Amino acid sequence: MSDHDTRSRMPERAFFALTIAAVAVPLLVLLFLLVIVTRSGLTRLGWDFVTSYPSRHADHAGILPGLVGSLWLMGLTALIALPLGVGAAIHLEEYGKQSRLSRLIEINIANLAGVPSIVYGLLGLGLFVRTLHMGRSVLAGACTLALLVLPMVVMVSREALRTVPMSLREAAYALGATRWQTIRQVVLPQAYPGILTGAILALARAIGETAPLVVVGALTYITFVPDGVDAPFTALPIQIFNWVSRPQRAFVVNAAAGIVVLLATMLVLNGAAIYLRNRLQKKRA
Amino acid sequence: MPASNETLVMPTTLPQTELRRARSRGEQAVELVLGACALATVLTTLGILLVLAAETFGFLREVGLGKLLFDTQWTPLFSDKHFGIWPLVAGTCVTSFVAILVALPLGLLAAIFMSELATPRTRAWVKPALEVLAGVPTIVYGYFALVVVTPLLQSFVPGLAGFNALSAGLVMGIMIMPLIASLTEDALSAVPKSLREAAYALGASKVPTILRVVVPAAMGGIAASVIIAVSRAVGETMIVAIAAGQEPHLSLDPRTAMETMTAYIVQISLGDTPAGTLEYRTIFVVGSALFLLTLAMNVTSYKLAKRFRRQT
Repeated sequence: MSDHDTRSRMPERAFFALTIAAVAVPLLVLLFLLVIVTRSGLTRLGWDFVTSYPSRHADHAGILPGLVGSLWLMGLTALIALPLGVGAAIHLEEYGKQSRLSRLIEINIANLAGVPSIVYGLLGLGLFVRTLHMGRSVLAGACTLALLVLPMVVMVSREALRTVPMSLREAAYALGATRWQTIRQVVLPQAYPGILTGAILALARAIGETAPLVVVGALTYITFVPDGVDAPFTALPIQIFNWVSRPQRAFVVNAAAGIVVLLATMLVLNGAAIYLRNRLQKKRA
Repeated sequence: MPASNETLVMPTTLPQTELRRARSRGEQAVELVLGACALATVLTTLGILLVLAAETFGFLREVGLGKLLFDTQWTPLFSDKHFGIWPLVAGTCVTSFVAILVALPLGLLAAIFMSELATPRTRAWVKPALEVLAGVPTIVYGYFALVVVTPLLQSFVPGLAGFNALSAGLVMGIMIMPLIASLTEDALSAVPKSLREAAYALGASKVPTILRVVVPAAMGGIAASVIIAVSRAVGETMIVAIAAGQEPHLSLDPRTAMETMTAYIVQISLGDTPAGTLEYRTIFVVGSALFLLTLAMNVTSYKLAKRFRRQT
């Protein structure tokens, strides 16, 4: 009996181990990747790397224009995508939920989320760079990224709005508040931590995007930082792409250092999102 | 009494209706602005369609659909121009196929682990950990494929080129694996508990129950997750642009350098092709094909998932 038991348990254990391996292998690959990039990148990383301009000599080249360009992009993207996205979410959640137009918009947003990012680049090139004559500017890049993250901002904002209990809205109406007063003074303050966290995560995604910026025309070699929204620009991932594509080993090391800077920036953003959410939630409780 | 009541109400009602009217005008304005925000998402879709269609029609008028579909070479930058899109499609298919070959077994098994076998405490950290994989910028995976994976594979895969579809596909598989894992886990969790209990009551143990009852019952949802993952692989750009090469040729050998549809768009964008030329238009043609392909897959997946949800 016990002999039969152990025999029938053998494949069960093997299967269990297999499923654990399926989780462990990708995570180990990620760990391996991070260790390799960091070890290679740290040999080059230093204050001068962060404050220098690109150069033909790998050991003088730095990431300053890329870093500043990425910060410009992030700020402008936030300015465009957040009002639009939160506004759309309020419209969908708080107004006309049942209307046909809302259903159409909803399906449309789900579809937009599945459009490859490089197609947004083509949209940016055709619409912002050419038709609206923005040129290959940091503004055109930010508009493109804003449309790219818009579906995500709408979805996370809707999620946040949905967590606000109906009873709070009803209480506000009972006190004579209008719809917009209710939204502005009751619903939004409640949904604010969720919206903020989602927005930061969306921006963290935008900062890592490369393909749409390549199409919109981010430059790979500039020796200045943007001084306005109409200036040409580069970005962290673009600079990394440029370095990794070169045959010389020293530039590939620069790429690794650039990746460390990029990942660190994203880590800070994600950390900020989690910290803000926890703090704001605690404050309210 | 009614008289005194009237004197109390009368003075206040007049300004109140005015206030109310002003308020309702404000309300309407707010609703209009919010509606415009929602409409922006629709305009994005229209913008994509218009931009892609305009340039594609320009191309088709000049070259014709026949040359796009019935030529086997893609050489828009050479003096002897050919516009057969199939070499790019082949590159996209090969890299995506390799990626799915990696992502499907890993994702499916990981989903079974999370949904059926792990304790809630383990699942609570495994799920976000896998999501980190999907959040790493693709440029980082591209670096990894070119600088680490290709040299590693070259030590035991004979005839592997410096740029090749194999390592790009393998790394892409790791990247999209969490997508399959997460969506499949949802599908497995949606299978009613009664089905599992019935299997146990018939004497089945845990693993046969999972493999013969739960997984088949969730097949619709699993298929939907795989299609979404393929769509993501087809649209993925930086990994293939960095590691798979820029040589469009009609082949299915993953050891060779290939150019995907996305990588071609990047290649042209990096050069200085003037707007309005035929070369410039080709990126919109390839973009249109890419858009239609991924849209078809996304819609199919959405419908499959919807039908699956109705059944469970």
